[in-house]
Amino acid sequence: MIGEHLPIIVILTYCLAALLMPVAGLLHRKAPSILALIAGGGALVFSLMTLWKTLTEGAFSYSVGAWPPPVGIELIADPLSAFFLVVITLISTLVLFHAHFSDGAESGQQSISYYACVMLMLGGFSGIIGTADLFNLFVFLELSALAGYGLLGTGSGRAAHSAFRYLILGTVGASFYLFGLGFLYAETGSLNMGDLALILDATGMQTTARIAFVFIIIGISLKMALLPLHQWLPDVYTDAPAMSTALVAPIGTKVAVYALIRLMYDVFPSGPGDWAFPVHSILAFAGAAGIIWGSVMAIPQTNLKRMLAYSSVAQIGYIALGIGLATPFGYIGAVLHVFNHAIMKACLFLFSARLEKTGLGIRIDKLTPATRLRLPVSTACFVLAAISMIGLPPTAGFFSKWYLILGSYESGNWFYVVIILASSLLNAVYFFRIIERVYLGDTDEGSPKPVRVRLTRRNLALVTLALSILVAGLFNVWIVKSLIEPMVPAF
Amino acid sequence: MNAFFQASFLPLHAVLVSFLAVPAILLASRRPNLREGISLFAALAKFALVLALLGSVLDGNRPVLELLEIAPGISLSLAVDPLGIFFALVASGLWILTTVYSIGYMRGNREGRQTRYYASFALSLSATIGIAFSANLLTFLLFYELLTLATYPLVVHKESPAAIRAGRMYLAYALTAGLLFLAGTIWLQTRAGTGTFTAGGFIPEGLFSSWELTTLFLLFMVGVGVKAGIMPLHSWLPAAMVAPTPVSALLHAVAVVKSGAFGVLRVTGFVFGPETMREHGLDLLLASFAGATILLASIIALKQDDLKKRLAFSTVGHLSYIVMGAALASTAAFTGSILHLSAHALMKITLFFCAGAIYVHAHKTRVSELDGLGRSMPWTFGAFAIGSLGLAGIPPVNGFISKWWLASGSLESGEAVVLGIFLLSGLLNAGYFFPIVIRGFFHAPAQAEEGTHAHPSSEASPWMVVPLCLTAALAVVFGIMPDFPLPFFDLARQIAESVTLSGPGLLLPSG
Repeated sequence: MIGEHLPIIVILTYCLAALLMPVAGLLHRKAPSILALIAGGGALVFSLMTLWKTLTEGAFSYSVGAWPPPVGIELIADPLSAFFLVVITLISTLVLFHAHFSDGAESGQQSISYYACVMLMLGGFSGIIGTADLFNLFVFLELSALAGYGLLGTGSGRAAHSAFRYLILGTVGASFYLFGLGFLYAETGSLNMGDLALILDATGMQTTARIAFVFIIIGISLKMALLPLHQWLPDVYTDAPAMSTALVAPIGTKVAVYALIRLMYDVFPSGPGDWAFPVHSILAFAGAAGIIWGSVMAIPQTNLKRMLAYSSVAQIGYIALGIGLATPFGYIGAVLHVFNHAIMKACLFLFSARLEKTGLGIRIDKLTPATRLRLPVSTACFVLAAISMIGLPPTAGFFSKWYLILGSYESGNWFYVVIILASSLLNAVYFFRIIERVYLGDTDEGSPKPVRVRLTRRNLALVTLALSILVAGLFNVWIVKSLIEPMVPAF
Repeated sequence: MNAFFQASFLPLHAVLVSFLAVPAILLASRRPNLREGISLFAALAKFALVLALLGSVLDGNRPVLELLEIAPGISLSLAVDPLGIFFALVASGLWILTTVYSIGYMRGNREGRQTRYYASFALSLSATIGIAFSANLLTFLLFYELLTLATYPLVVHKESPAAIRAGRMYLAYALTAGLLFLAGTIWLQTRAGTGTFTAGGFIPEGLFSSWELTTLFLLFMVGVGVKAGIMPLHSWLPAAMVAPTPVSALLHAVAVVKSGAFGVLRVTGFVFGPETMREHGLDLLLASFAGATILLASIIALKQDDLKKRLAFSTVGHLSYIVMGAALASTAAFTGSILHLSAHALMKITLFFCAGAIYVHAHKTRVSELDGLGRSMPWTFGAFAIGSLGLAGIPPVNGFISKWWLASGSLESGEAVVLGIFLLSGLLNAGYFFPIVIRGFFHAPAQAEEGTHAHPSSEASPWMVVPLCLTAALAVVFGIMPDFPLPFFDLARQIAESVTLSGPGLLLPSG
């Protein structure tokens, strides 16, 4: 009964919560964050139900307002979209949990608009993932982007500046996407994904469609912060308020990844004869370049958030590389890394949020053993996430790498194997620099007394994420076999 | 849940017992006696579990425990074969003595951060036993990397700039090695379809071209060679001597470096196999590196004045004895190689224990300061003398037996040069160890200068002296009776025969 409506329910849950936010704000100072948490939890449950339904009964679609596609808007739930939906809702709910119990930076009047923006952004994200219509995807892309500018721009003046820069660049990206859609619509007369796939398959990729594709891919790559279109990302992540970064960084770029995978494998024909130029190789190469550039740039950073932001550029590179390899293992590696990286990055950024909240600051040279004594549990979580980023077994990060190397090997690209291995070492350099600072060296006189090691609601989300890293690593085969393999296209 | 407590889970228990001790040690951080008690208890329990497994292995059983599928087609599995149990016996047995010794050393030296120290130690031992019982390449890699991480806090224990530098160097070497091992594992796993260790090797002839096989071999050898200290991959080991002496003793003479040497044995004997190596000239490649390492390390050791550095270079040299035996891969050489794994462990841990006792009790770190110290510390210097004799290969210490088999193995393979290397190295060993003993016992003590410590008038604390006398005594016992009280020789012979007498392994479809 409720099952067939699931695709829209997740989107509506967030949008409804956004609308109710002012009412909640009138009730109680804390009500907006509670409402956000409830909506997030609800969306998580619904997306899990969607996932369950797609895995047991297969993919299904939903016509909004009962208008059949291609006239009406169609939403789809298949293993790919359901998986991404679960990643987004799961991570955002954990971050919201942390925001409510630990951060509480926004309260009173401000929290109404803040959490309304959060809900709108998440609604936009789930819309992008749910929709089967390319124009509808643009609408949700803009919805989430506008809400995102608001989230990332609050706080310091620098935040407003870099969010404005992001707004300009993001709008350019969205325009590229829209431009491409225009070409595509002119060529085919349809914007429904399934419909488009059939038409393009029948007509083959003509010049107009190719141009459209290039515009669309560039637009999405910008949103995804794929090298060389990544410049907006480090500034935005660094200057934004702690909670906004923790919320956007793990999942924001992943939504663009979803759009990329959907378009490259489900909408546009992916046979080698369909292209005048090696699209996949270019993507893989950009990914590889991003891996090295992001990792190298992360090393000299003096600001923890900026370092993590550059590391995000590198991690997006892993995902792009996996998609570009165009082999089953590459694809699995990319999708698995979307999940793994979301967990790790959420854990890392929540640690930096804890640092900001407790007034310890996020300058790397200010991190000392005193930091660890103040936040023993959070620091341990950070270390675990860092080890996973370096990619040591049995953490989740190791297995992303495992599948990506398998994929590179499968396609005969030894070069990428070397890149992936080298980036592990670079990751080790910048993460161990921090681990050294926090764990080694004498504590100064007058440093705070060690806090007792215990689980509190302030570090519960962090601990959950850190443990998930281990669980996701140990049970990666289950994730791959039951969740990812159903979505792998035929290569 | 009941299944967990059944005998088939013994290998896992042996790995986990010290792993579970870690949280207990952390919780007991404010009660040193309880904390050390937990360490000691875990060590004893671990040894008991390994002994229980030994009985089963000697009866001809090969307990295998598949835990879960860790990557598609590859399971995280533990298998107890003679080689694994051999290494596990050495590591877990010596952990007991090292724990006792640690109590004396850490308290005598008033070291800080002892909780972290004991916790990391317990974790390292879990990783070591995991390495010993790994049934396939990926499981091996998992524990191998865990060992790197677990020993890092021990290397940087002092947190001095030198210690931090050594820690970075250690990580750089060990992590790079792990990544190369990973590359090799993936390559081999996808091509051969399996990564399960099989006596005699499992790479079918013709699967790899000759240059591919050489590349693959180098990937694996660099992977395990860093921890085994094969030159030119050894530099981290002397640098890591900044760690507290019990760490040098157990990890840098037994657990970590022997994991590397154990890895060499696994890769040569159980992945490639002697025949494949011989056909493609890989034995010669490995033997030339090992031979060069044996001689160079011994020569460098000669001129080290720092006692621990001298021991470290001696370790580098002796590890390559094991590598050399694995490279020659005749039955006798392989037997000697395995025997040297335990023999060197016993002798070198004795020497490190002595160096630590001298440091804590007399505050001496340099060979040139040891004149006459043997008169006040006779037990320590006596044990040192036994260890030195053994390492030089003089009977009746157990170093003689392993060297005998290595030497006869080199003749068996017709490599007279290798025999020459072993003999020359024996002389060099005598050259850098005997002066220490002679200085200790026969030189007159130097007059204490301003700012230096005078010699103490008595022995070091019994917490340190008893373990070091025990290891020295064991070295002699095993030198006279190689199969008593633990059947090391018997096991070594079994392993060597299983490796050298079985042909190239058939391709098994299982992971």
